Amino acid sequence: MSSAANPSLEKSPQLLLQLAAITKKFGPLIANDAIDLDVHKGEIVALLGENGAGKTTLMNILFGHYVADGGTVMVAGADGILAPLEPGAPQAALDAGIGMVHQHFTLAENLSGLDNIVLGTEPIFRLRRDRTGARAKLTKLMAGSGLNVDLDQPIHKLTVGEKQRVEILKALYRDARLLVLDEPTAVLTPQEADSLFATLRQLAATGLSVIIIAHKLAEVLAVSHRIAVLRGGKKVGEMATDQADRRSIAELMVGRDVPVSRRSERAPGKPVIGLRDVTIDRGDARRSLHGVNLMAREGEILGIAGVSGNGQAALAQLIAGLDRPDVGSVEIFGEKVTKFDAHQFAQNGIARIPEDRHHDGMVGSMTVAENIAIEDVRSRDYQKFGFLDFEAIRKRAEHAIADYDVRCPGPDAPARLLSGGNIQKLILARVLEKSPKLILANQPSRGLDVGAQSEVHRRLLEAREGGAAVVLISEDLDELLTLSDQIAVIHAGHVSAAIAAHDIDRSELGLMMAGQKKGDIDFGPDNFESSTKPREKTDENAPRSGDPA
Amino acid sequence: MEIIDILLTANFWAAALRIATPLIFGVLGALICERAGVLNLGIEGIFTAGAMAGWMAVWLGAGLWGGVLVAALAGGFFGLIHAILTVPLGLSQHVSGIGVTLLATSLSYFTYRTALPDVSSPPRITPFQPLDIPILSDLPFIGPALFSQTALTMLALVMVFVTGWVLYRTPLGLAIRAVGDNPSSVEAQGLSVYALRIGAVVAGSSLMALGGAFLTMSAFDAFFFGMINGRGWVCIALTVFASWRPGKALLGALLFGAFDAFQVRLQTEVGAFLPSQVFLMMPYLLSIAALIIVARKADYPKALLVPWFKGQR
Repeated sequence: MSSAANPSLEKSPQLLLQLAAITKKFGPLIANDAIDLDVHKGEIVALLGENGAGKTTLMNILFGHYVADGGTVMVAGADGILAPLEPGAPQAALDAGIGMVHQHFTLAENLSGLDNIVLGTEPIFRLRRDRTGARAKLTKLMAGSGLNVDLDQPIHKLTVGEKQRVEILKALYRDARLLVLDEPTAVLTPQEADSLFATLRQLAATGLSVIIIAHKLAEVLAVSHRIAVLRGGKKVGEMATDQADRRSIAELMVGRDVPVSRRSERAPGKPVIGLRDVTIDRGDARRSLHGVNLMAREGEILGIAGVSGNGQAALAQLIAGLDRPDVGSVEIFGEKVTKFDAHQFAQNGIARIPEDRHHDGMVGSMTVAENIAIEDVRSRDYQKFGFLDFEAIRKRAEHAIADYDVRCPGPDAPARLLSGGNIQKLILARVLEKSPKLILANQPSRGLDVGAQSEVHRRLLEAREGGAAVVLISEDLDELLTLSDQIAVIHAGHVSAAIAAHDIDRSELGLMMAGQKKGDIDFGPDNFESSTKPREKTDENAPRSGDPA
Repeated sequence: MEIIDILLTANFWAAALRIATPLIFGVLGALICERAGVLNLGIEGIFTAGAMAGWMAVWLGAGLWGGVLVAALAGGFFGLIHAILTVPLGLSQHVSGIGVTLLATSLSYFTYRTALPDVSSPPRITPFQPLDIPILSDLPFIGPALFSQTALTMLALVMVFVTGWVLYRTPLGLAIRAVGDNPSSVEAQGLSVYALRIGAVVAGSSLMALGGAFLTMSAFDAFFFGMINGRGWVCIALTVFASWRPGKALLGALLFGAFDAFQVRLQTEVGAFLPSQVFLMMPYLLSIAALIIVARKADYPKALLVPWFKGQR
């Protein structure tokens, strides 16, 4: 289909959307600089760019969340004639047939899927709601698009993939002719992503136009007809997908060569941390672990793959000394831990790169220098007669800022002024300067742009070279496969045995993340129900009991 | 034995419902505000304003229902102040609410004193009289307990049903429940977050004011200083107890009313050897106990207290 897309579009160039010279400024920052973009009927356009390139801003202007400072948005009506869209009015965008699926879902979690979809579609002052009509229309839509979801469940009981389906149904229910998806695959397993793309292609074939905002190349190459690349608020390139080449797009996006992280061969050393049959039951699946066995060794990166919310938080808390196992034990350098205390763990050389860097990684109102020293205020190096030695703290901060290229106004600036990438560098500076024995890196590059991401990867590999053990918790398969020596998969609190990274392939990993057992991979004695079921029936769907090999 | 006797009299249940009436209005009002994501600590002041405005309107010659309308408008006015400060301006809902309570209370006292500079005893109006509904009021037990109340108590019971219907059966209620959980969900569907929240706070505040009006126009026949006496704060607690549901709100208010009616009767029975303050404490202590049990599992509207600004996510 994609190969035929371009010529066929030229034959029937029915323009659906025309963005012309869209400009938007936030203070001194030019988020969108005279961007043009056309979308035709039945076309899937990928909007590519790094964080901060202006993709989301552009789409928020289209949807009326922001008002552009300049430029026009024209949308074709049912008659195919372009008409300007009223700026700053989501209702106008909805009426024009534009549906948007935000990266952070805009669903009320206390309401059912049906309620969320119907919300705002009927006149608000009415004595009754028409649920039967809505249900009939949705049943038809679901059958036609393959977007199946239980409409009566409250949203908070649905999986991420199901929530996304509700979001798409929300747009289709309003007869959207253009669907905008902001980073739709960020939260999906590879199988869920494939199934989403299949649905999108099917919908495009029936005439729906789609814009996908993404920063991952591989997936948009698979699904889109055309690619537009944004960088620094400008459109720097546009091409038909079948004529696009991966490397040149990457350079267009970043604007320079991206250094590729390479792992050297290295034999692992002694075990640093070991978990033996650890069970933590907190009633909530996100905070529970079931019979987990893990070991991280010196000079080794142990990747923990999994869709977030499957017990990673519990694992991270445990390794950081913030929680204790109900059953089982933890050993550090072969010694059984008796006292679970974060300070004690840090003293033992365990460094923590927390998942939520803004919330758990720093104190926004404190200065950069204070944030760098915050884990060591008990150390004599930063004290003088029992008081904090600000001179010493400042000196360390200045070193850290220089060594780790933390872009900030200075050591005395409040940390909240820093961008996400620079906050992460600040955290790296804090934890890596102490040459830790074990680094717990929880989603270390999530939300960072390619530059900052490669910096994080370089530092982690450097620490590995230096003999540190790294536990890398991540949802990003590329990251895991590039960095890890061993990979274990976490699902619903169960952790698989670690497998050497070069023995594993992406689709296998994806299936395991979705909770499927495969061959010799053993999640533990008890069967668990998978919450996210991949659609594709492949050999991997081996029976749960018996010997699949 | 005596305790059982107390619980079995229609008189006791009539008193419980009477005491519960202002709380029913208050809890319904508070839960409408909170369902939309706005905590309204102006409630204590809005009670005072409703009590004072309704009474004064009648004293100045308006009819009783005219007084009720004036009270609702006064409540809506102070609700609007709170809504503007907290919704589009996004100020702290706690600070604004307490500010509205201070403002509304003081303004009510000020108006009262300005209108009546030198009266020793508060002037009286003719309040709502107990209804005498043919047949229903003559039923044994139920008649005196339920159908011999004043019209405002009946209105409170009707409002429980109306609030429930609006919240769960109408598109408006759906939007209010959504905006209190995730305002972005409402905006993404083309509805105005501000309009919904402001509307809910104004409507909720009007209902609260009726609770005040009940005190001066039905339970008593005059306005006194300090007559609200913390009833507004009790409503805020009862809202949590009710899990933001109108039906449970009625239950909570009745429970509190029953405790209060019970302690008054208990005082006369066993008051000889216990100080009366112990009995006065009882409804509050029991409310706290009930709250602790229920509120531990409270499922707060997720956007409660969280200001929302357009174009920011």
